[in-house]
Order: sequence, then structure tokens, then C-alpha cells
Amino acid sequence: MAVFRMVLRRLLSSIPLLFAVSALTFVLVSLVPGDPARTIAGEHATVAQYTAVRLQMGLNQSLPLQYWHWLVQAVHGNLGSSLFSGEPVTQLLSNRLPVSLSLIISGTAVSGVLGVALGLFSARRGGFMVKAVDGLSLFGLGVPPFWLALVLVEVFAVKLRWFPAIGYVSPATDPAQWARSLVLPVVSLSLGASAIIAKQTRDSVLDTFNKDFIRVMQANGFSQRSILYRHVLKNAAIPVVTILGVVFVSLLAATVFVETVFAMPGLGLLIQQATLQHDIPVIQGAVLYITLLVVLANLLVDLAYGLLDPRVRAA
Amino acid sequence: MNGLARRVMRRPAAVASTTWLGLVLVTAVGAPLFAPHGPLDQDLNHVLSDPSSGHLLGTDELGRDILSRLLYGGQSTLLGVVEALLVYLVLGVTFGLAAGYLGGWVDWVVTRTAELMFALPGIIIVLVVLSVFPSNLSAAMITFGVLGSPGLVRLLRAQTLSVREELYVAAARVSGLSRPQILRRHVLPRMISMVIVQAALFAAIVVTIQAGLGFLGFGVQPPNPSWGGLVADASNVIDTDPWMLVPAGVPLVLTVIALGLLGDAIRDAAIENWSLSKMAAPAAGVTARPAAAPDTDTDAGVPASDGAALLSVRGLSVEIGGTPVVQNVSFDLMPGQTLGVVGESGCGKSVTALGILGLVPGGGRISGGQCLFEGKDLATLSPAELAAVRGSGIAFVSQEPMVALDPTFTVSAQLAEAVRRHRRIPRRAARARVLELLDLVNIPDPAAVARRYPHQLSGGMAQRVAIALALAGDPRLLIADEPTTALDVTVQAEILALLRTLQDETGMSVLIVTHDWGVVADLCQRAVVMYAGQVVEHADVNAMFGQPYHPYTQGLLAANPHLAVEGEPLPTIPGTVPAPSDWPSGCRFSQRCPYATEECSAGPVALTRLQADRLSRCLHTDQLVLEGGRR
Amino acid sequence: MTTLDVRDLTVEFRQGRSRPPLRAVDAVSLQIGAGETLGLVGESGSGKSTLGRAILGLTPAASGSVHYEGKDITRAGLRERRALSATMQAVFQDPYSSLNPTRTIGQTLAEPLLVHRRLERAETVEQVRTMLDRVGMPGDTAERYPSQFSGGQRQRIAIARALMLSPHLVICDEPVSALDLSIQAQVMNLLADLQRELGLSYLFIAHDLAVVRHLSHRIVVLYRGQVMETGPAARVYSRPGHPYTEALLAAAPVPDPEQQRARRTARTATTLAPPNTGGCPFAHRCPHTVDRCRTERPALRPTGDSGSAVACHRFAELHPSPAETSNGKVPLV
Repeated sequence: MAVFRMVLRRLLSSIPLLFAVSALTFVLVSLVPGDPARTIAGEHATVAQYTAVRLQMGLNQSLPLQYWHWLVQAVHGNLGSSLFSGEPVTQLLSNRLPVSLSLIISGTAVSGVLGVALGLFSARRGGFMVKAVDGLSLFGLGVPPFWLALVLVEVFAVKLRWFPAIGYVSPATDPAQWARSLVLPVVSLSLGASAIIAKQTRDSVLDTFNKDFIRVMQANGFSQRSILYRHVLKNAAIPVVTILGVVFVSLLAATVFVETVFAMPGLGLLIQQATLQHDIPVIQGAVLYITLLVVLANLLVDLAYGLLDPRVRAA
Repeated sequence: MNGLARRVMRRPAAVASTTWLGLVLVTAVGAPLFAPHGPLDQDLNHVLSDPSSGHLLGTDELGRDILSRLLYGGQSTLLGVVEALLVYLVLGVTFGLAAGYLGGWVDWVVTRTAELMFALPGIIIVLVVLSVFPSNLSAAMITFGVLGSPGLVRLLRAQTLSVREELYVAAARVSGLSRPQILRRHVLPRMISMVIVQAALFAAIVVTIQAGLGFLGFGVQPPNPSWGGLVADASNVIDTDPWMLVPAGVPLVLTVIALGLLGDAIRDAAIENWSLSKMAAPAAGVTARPAAAPDTDTDAGVPASDGAALLSVRGLSVEIGGTPVVQNVSFDLMPGQTLGVVGESGCGKSVTALGILGLVPGGGRISGGQCLFEGKDLATLSPAELAAVRGSGIAFVSQEPMVALDPTFTVSAQLAEAVRRHRRIPRRAARARVLELLDLVNIPDPAAVARRYPHQLSGGMAQRVAIALALAGDPRLLIADEPTTALDVTVQAEILALLRTLQDETGMSVLIVTHDWGVVADLCQRAVVMYAGQVVEHADVNAMFGQPYHPYTQGLLAANPHLAVEGEPLPTIPGTVPAPSDWPSGCRFSQRCPYATEECSAGPVALTRLQADRLSRCLHTDQLVLEGGRR
Repeated sequence: MTTLDVRDLTVEFRQGRSRPPLRAVDAVSLQIGAGETLGLVGESGSGKSTLGRAILGLTPAASGSVHYEGKDITRAGLRERRALSATMQAVFQDPYSSLNPTRTIGQTLAEPLLVHRRLERAETVEQVRTMLDRVGMPGDTAERYPSQFSGGQRQRIAIARALMLSPHLVICDEPVSALDLSIQAQVMNLLADLQRELGLSYLFIAHDLAVVRHLSHRIVVLYRGQVMETGPAARVYSRPGHPYTEALLAAAPVPDPEQQRARRTARTATTLAPPNTGGCPFAHRCPHTVDRCRTERPALRPTGDSGSAVACHRFAELHPSPAETSNGKVPLV
């Protein structure tokens, strides 16, 4: 019950965020130099035709009014059409979303699993593993994903031909190829992230191990296995969950670069192209979608907190 | 600040990072001086060539010298970092400090705004800005600085809030310092190192993002060089000259890593000044040590282990990090008896108790002696054997009840786990046993308390639950480490009464570590007094209170405010306890002792048996007894 | 003229939207004269520390008044507080966080001087050294950092800081609770000596009645933010008038095995604490509770015994004056 209330509260408090983001984007793109009506009407349009286009695009109205109309349309699911291709924005975005989501979700999952495993291992063993994890996390922070992607393509796609260099295959068409096409992009995304997660996991586990209640349990004969896998893990999980959320959001950004290198038709590539083409409706729609994803990710993180730590539930 | 810089520079990683970053800075700023060629100079005869004397890093597809392009490209990187960092720092520090220190509505507004900004996908907004102001890298960098500042705001706010609560800030306020004075003198210095660390890490991110933007074709437009642009160039010729990726990417990678390393080094150097020495390794269990004969040389008076004793400790010595903390401790504990281990902080009493359980903190270990529990020497058992004894043979209650239980599990879950660890019974039976245990420790309404989480319990109740946890395995010996120190005096009285009742009912022995003589008088039949890692007196409690046989015991008993006489100063023991590194070879108490003579500091004083049941580590006990009481 | 005069002081803390505010200090009155020590005793949740902080202006008061040397300082602004700080100072409980770890002792002790007196550097150094000597710390202390000193030593330094401006009143918030017994005795003797030498007044806040009794002339006993009893220290300790004071005394174990065992029977039961229902806050734990105790808050009434007052409806019944006893009535306690 408390969980439900928390979810509701979170969702409600996200609404102003969506407003703010869409308004901000609206204001920003309205500053774009150039006159879209002129572009669409064409250079040889008559005044009447030009005015008609302006009216149709709503450009004769004040900015807040334009925003309001856009908002009303958006709530009904209509985000306008691409200035470049004429496709409805919602359709465009819906086609691109699965691609990006495959990348981001697999990237987060892989870095999460790998990172936690590495972190746990180095926490228990210590010594060399600690240095290795530290070194790897530095590597992760330092190597830009797009450069790494290029190196991976050169080595594994061009030279060794193990994986395709570019392109994306939908899982519906061919699951095996879909998986293959994801490997290199996911690796370039998750290498750095898994190192950071490993470091956080290790620090968190070591911290928890030093807590009083762990010593009390050891002293009273609780099994070492239960202490590690039940009590330490649960208590150490919260900072790790936080980092996972951060990783998800940063992968959202990194995917822009990775999709470019691998020519994957996802949201990131779309935004990049739309930016170059000043395709305003697409930019606005894409920003909205991405913000929604961020909100969802934060919500999941909060839910996880609530599950893990009863003190959070009470707040 | 100088101290911090010095400490940082002692680390090789920091030195290497600073060197590299310095190199980048100098060569980028001085590119016109250092670059062998102009950044746009083409040499179409030497396209995509390998490194040579003329072109140290080779040339690109238009024959331009890569090294020169790198150096000039560094300028835009530098400029971008400076712009973003400046915005980041100014916004972050101002709003973070304001929110943390001023509180109220300022805090509310700043926090809400920061939350909003956190959720914005940064790179997307930057792209939008770039679509509005194309190829205006400065606009993009400033935006990035703005978008990154909530991170700093949040950290600074948290730090300011915690510093604000520190007592020395309260003391400064009481001394009449104004707010700006307090901020400047007390709050800011703590912040500076953190701000520098965050700045280094943020700079690392900025460099990466800027390169990324250059790679995508935003920012500095070709043919002008940028680091990101160079990577893009390399990707264009990846089929014909894949090696160009290396000079294009490696300086970038090195710079980011250097910034990250520098940030880490500063962070570590900042903490090391005022943190206690770090625990070397988690207390994951004791390392089994081959049995050695107890050192009886200096303690001739100590009788051999009593066969009937439940716990017989002989010559126990414990080291932490190579420093001896407990030396040659010996005592017997009979079944059904309560023994108090008394002393002040640093005497080694807690470490002794934990040593018996094999759980010395801070990576310490037992360096000598034996702990015979029901005939078996605990110090030589393997971790598995020791685990079998814990809980069912010996159990433990610690000092702080609020942190003695796992905050993420209910009372019932933890107690049930303890119960099932020692008895193979199904879940339902375990839950019933849990309620029995809670009832045993006098918790009213056990069913309701069982469903609660530890943070929902009061101190007294939490301690009762901790005692119930310890009793789950029906132990024969309960080791309690200052179980009432953290509780109110009225609650303390009840816990003591509870312990007495439990002892009567179950017949278990209790080893209680305490600094409170009242607790000893209430609960214990025998007591061991410890000073500077050694046992200095061991006797029956009534006898000891009636006539102590060691000057330290006498001094402690006399210093108790309960016995104070109105109008007269309290009798005190002058001086302070010596630290382990300062332990003299003679009597460790001699410097503070009113009866000390030269003999006392000449050599180690042995624990001698003065009567059937009384031991004392003193050469002048007879004199002490003769003078009978205060000196 | 009384140095400190607190009347009906109330301090409240908000507890979120759905619950009424918490009354940490509930209409407390007390007075301290020059050269006098008033001991303030209570357990956790009694409001004793909050009261100290409210007097120092670190926590705002909801109602009531605080008069210091005649002036009303209840809602003193920053400037007034600054002037006040020259004559009213504090020593806090935790010796480990009351000194800024990143500043030398000399810098910390010079701070009050900086604010109030523009002295030459040499003079400042001189005054710091004198004060350190006065509290028994060696000469080179000023150049060192807090981390190099033990708890007891830091507490001496904290006392030195409080005395730099020659205050008239020092609020001591549990100054010896975190110290070992032998060090406690040293610091308490130091406080007593300084009081004699300098004519200081102390508000001595503690949870240990024995400690408080030794240093105080008079004692105030607090429970849940309300005054239960006041009176001369010796009397409160030997002949407590309020059931809570009795409970406190009975609960504290004495370092005498025979006495302690004899006292075991005289203990009150459970400490489960339901929220205050408007009557006496101790009603749910008191062995002498009657209906009136649960509904009506007892007023603090003088007992006729040299400056003593007790807040208990049944005081007269439970403690008949000697004249009544001689009539054959048996005291209930």
C-alpha cells in the first residue's frame, strides 16, 4: 500500500518535469534562425500561399499559445509531423524506440551483472583483484564509448569478421542476428559502466561488512553464507541501485554516439539528424520520449529503494 | 591548503597525472610555438603516411600533420573545459552553500530546481542548444556546465548541512561569529577539497562529451582541428588507415584518465588527514593459529586452569595491526557465574571479549594464550568449528542496540533465522519460538514487536531484542560488551534486572564488559580489572569493593562521584593512560601511582596470588591495605 | 540580580504535516544567581539539551522568556547575540566534534578574541597560552591539532575556549558524559576550581544525578520537557520529593555491592512510553498514579522546604511534614 502511494506520488511529481522540459525545448527551438513557413511554402510562393502556410502551422500566434496547442495535441497523442520527411512524429519515434531500448537495456543489464559479480569477487578476494577493478574503472571512465566502438569495429568486425560492423536486425525478424548485431555496441557501452558498478559494489560491500550488526551476527553463530548473501548484499545494494540508475541515464546519452558509429536506426541517431536538419517537431517529440524514459528509470530506482530499505518506505 | 597539495604530490598517480595535464596545457596554449606545422597545411604527397621524422604522428587523408592538429585541437578542448567548469563551479558552489546554510525557502527552491535539472537528459539538451546555435561550442559548453551543476549543488548542500550540525560550528556561533565568518572559517575549508575533486571529475566528463560532439560534427567545424573531429577523420579512413585511430584517441583517453586519477588522489589525500586509521580488512573470522604454551613466566601467581570452569582464559594476548593491545590476560569463569571485566577506554577489555569469540576488529589476531571453553581451546579452532560454538555455546550482546540488528529485516525474520540456525525446526515452529524468546526478555505484546523493523524500536526494546537473539541458541555463556552504556539509567536498571533473571532461570554464565562500577556491584560475583592491556586485579566483588588490592582499582573506586564528599574536590588519578606505543617495561601504572617506588619501574610486575581467590599486579599491596583507603 | 532568569520557556519542533509539534521544552522556569551552579538533570528526551541550546540562541523559543543579567534575550537578533557571547559561553558534550579538526588549538582559542577584541597578535598568543595553562594543558598545545589529544584533554581545551572572554555564565551540556571516570573527576575538579577563582555561574546539564549533585548548588529535574522537581542539590539527592526523582535515584546502580543488592526491590516497572495525553508526563510509569494524574498537569508548587518545589498532585499525601508524622500517619514511601 505504501509502495503504491509512493509510485503515485512519484508519477505526479514528474508531471511538472515533463511540462518544464517540453516548454524549455519549445522555447529553445523557437529561437532557431530561419523561417520554417518560408521553407515549406517555397521561394516562389505568393503572399497568400505563404500566409496560408503560416496560419496552418500556427506561427501567427503568440509563443505561449503555440505551446498550448502543441501540448493539447501531445496529450492526445499527436506530436505533429517531421518537417523533413512528413512522417508523423509518433510513428517515427515508435519505430526507433525499440532499437535504442534494446541497446540501453542490454547495456545496463550487462554492466549490472558483470559489475556486481566483479565487485563481489574483488571484495571477497582482495589483493590483486582490487587493483584490477580500480584500473578497469579508470579505463571505463577514460575511454570514450565512440572511440572504443570504432576500435571494436576495426578489430572484431573488419579484421575478424565475428560481428557485423553496422546495422540492426529486429528480433522479430531474426533473433540470432539481432543478438549478433547488438554485441559490439553493447560492449562499447557497458565496459566502462561495468567497471564503475564493480567499484561501487566493492566499496559498498566492504563498508557493510564493517557494520556492527554483521559482527553481532557472526558472534551469535549465523552462517557465513547467510551473512554474505542475505544480509550484506541487501544492505550493500542501495548505493549499487543508485549507480545502476545513473548508468541507465548516461547510457541514454552514450547511445547517441554508439548508434552513429554502428548506423543503428534508434532515437539517438534520429535526434542527431533532426538537430542537423532543424526538424523541430521531431526534436520536441524525441526529447519528450527520452525524458519519459528517465522518469521511468528514476521511478524504478525509487521502487527498488522501497523494497530494500524499510526506513525509506516510512518516509 | 599547502598541506593538502603536499600530500597529494606524494602519490605517484597524482604526479603522473599532473605532469600529463601540464604537458597538454602548455602545448595547447603554446601550439603556435610547439607545432611543427600549421594545422591546415596540406602535403598531398604524403597522405595517410606513417610516423616519420617530419610527421611524428603521421598525416591524415589530406596530408596534414596529425601532431600539429592535435596541439591546435587542444585549444578548443581547453577553452571548452574552462567555460563549462567555470559555470559549473560558480553555480554549484553558490547554490549548494546557499541551500545548505540558509535553509528555509531558499533550500526548497534550489532543491526542487536541482531535482528537475537532474532528470533532464543532458546530452539531448545540449544537442537542442546546438541545433539552435549551430557550431557554437561555447553555448554548448555553458549549457553543459549549467546542466552539470545540480550534481555539485547536491553534494555541497549535503556537506554544508552536515557541517552546520557539527558542534564546533555551534561553538563558533556561541562565540559570536557572524554567518559569513562561520562560512569562511569553518564551512568552506572542509568544502574546498571536495570541490576540487568534483571539478576534476567534471572536467573529465566535459572533455569526453566535447570530443563526442566534435565526433558527431558539432562544435568546431572542419577543416579546423578538434580532438573529436580527429576521431571522426580517423573513422572516415578506417578501412585504409585504421592506425590513425590511435593518435586520434589516445591523447583524449590519457587526458580523461589523468583528470580522474587526479580527482581520486585529491580525495584520498583530503580524508587521510583527519580520519582514523582505516581497518585493514573486514573481520571475516579468525585465522587459526597453532597452539602454544601460555606464557607463564611473568604470571607465576596465576593458578593452572580450573577443570570445572566453563571458560578458562590463560595468557591471552591480542595484536591489532602489529601493535599489542591485550597482554597475558588470565581468568576463570565458573558455570552460572557473572564475571565483570572492568576498566576505562583503551584498556583492552572489549578486545579481550571479542578475542574470545575470535572476532577481533581491525584485522587483529590472537598472538598468544588459550581460551578453554568446556575443554576446547577456542584460539586453535578452525573457522567452521568456531562457528559451531558461537551462538549455541557462547553468545554475544553489543553496546549499541540501534545498530546491532539488520535494519532491512523484521525482528521476527532475524530471530527466526537465529533460532533455525541452532535447531532444525520448520518455519511455523520457529516463529512460535520467536514469540517465546520475546516473552522471555519481557517484551510486552511480542506479536506486534515481532512484526516491526529495528528502526521502529526504542533503545531499550532493541537491546531486549538483541538479548533475545543471543539467547536463541540456548548458550551457556553470554558475553555482553557494555550492554547498558548507551541506554538511559532507568532502562539500564531494567536490562540489568533482566540479565539477572535470565541467569537465574537458565543457569548461563555472563561475562560483562563495563566501565561502570555500579553495574559490577549489581551483577557480578567476580571482577577482573584491566589497565593498559593487562589484568591488574582479579577478585571476588565484595572483597574488591571492601578493600581493593591495586592502587588503580582503589583510585577508580574513590573517583566515583557517588562517594563524593560535599565541598571537597573529588579524589582523582593524575595523568592519563599510556598508549600501546608508550607502554613502559615496568609497571604501567607507576607514573600515576601514589605508592610507586623505583622498584616499580625496574621491570615487569607479575600478577601474584595474595589470597586463595585474589590476584593483584602490584608490589605494594600490603602498604595499600595498611593505609586502608584514601591517600 | 539573578544572572539567568528563564520563565515558562517552551520550545517546539515540527513533526511533519499530520502530527502536532513536539514540545521538547514545556513551560520550564529556572533561575541562576552569580557564582552559582544549577544542575539540570534528565534522561534522553527530557529536553535538557534543547533548553541549553534555546538559552544560547541556537534553537528558537516558541514562547516564554529568557532574561540575562536583567535584559530580555529571548528573541535576540544576531547583533545582540554577538554582544552576549562575551559574557555567556558554552562547553559541549562531544569532545571529538566540538573542536574544528582542521584548525590548530591556537587558532580555535583565538577565535572568540578575534570577534570581540581587536588585539595585537602577540597579545592574543599570550592570552591563549595563559588560558591553556590555567586549564592544565602544556605550553606547546596551541600549535597542535585536536586529533593529537585525548577526550579529556580536548574537553579542557573546550573549557579554555569558553573562558577566553571571561564570561559570567557557562552552559555546560553534558561536559563529562563522554569521559572515563578518572578523567571525569579531573575535569569536574577543574570546573569547581574555576568557579571559585572566577566567580562563574554554571548551568550544568547531565543525566547522572551523582555527577550533578557534586558540582551543583541547586538541581532541576526534567522529564519529557517539564520540570518535575527543584531544590538544593543535597536535599534532592537524599530526600527526593517527586516519584520520578526517586525512580532515577533507585535505578542508578551504586558502586557498593551490598547496598546495590538491597536496592533491587525498589524499582519501578516498564518504560514503554505512550504519547503525552495532557496530564502528568510521568503518569504512565508512576507507582502512585491516580485518575487526576492522567488528566491534569500538576503545577510546580513550593514545598516550604528552603527553595524546593515539586510538580506532583500527591506530594502532600506522600510526604507529610514531620508534624503530621508525629500524629501517627505513616509515610507511604
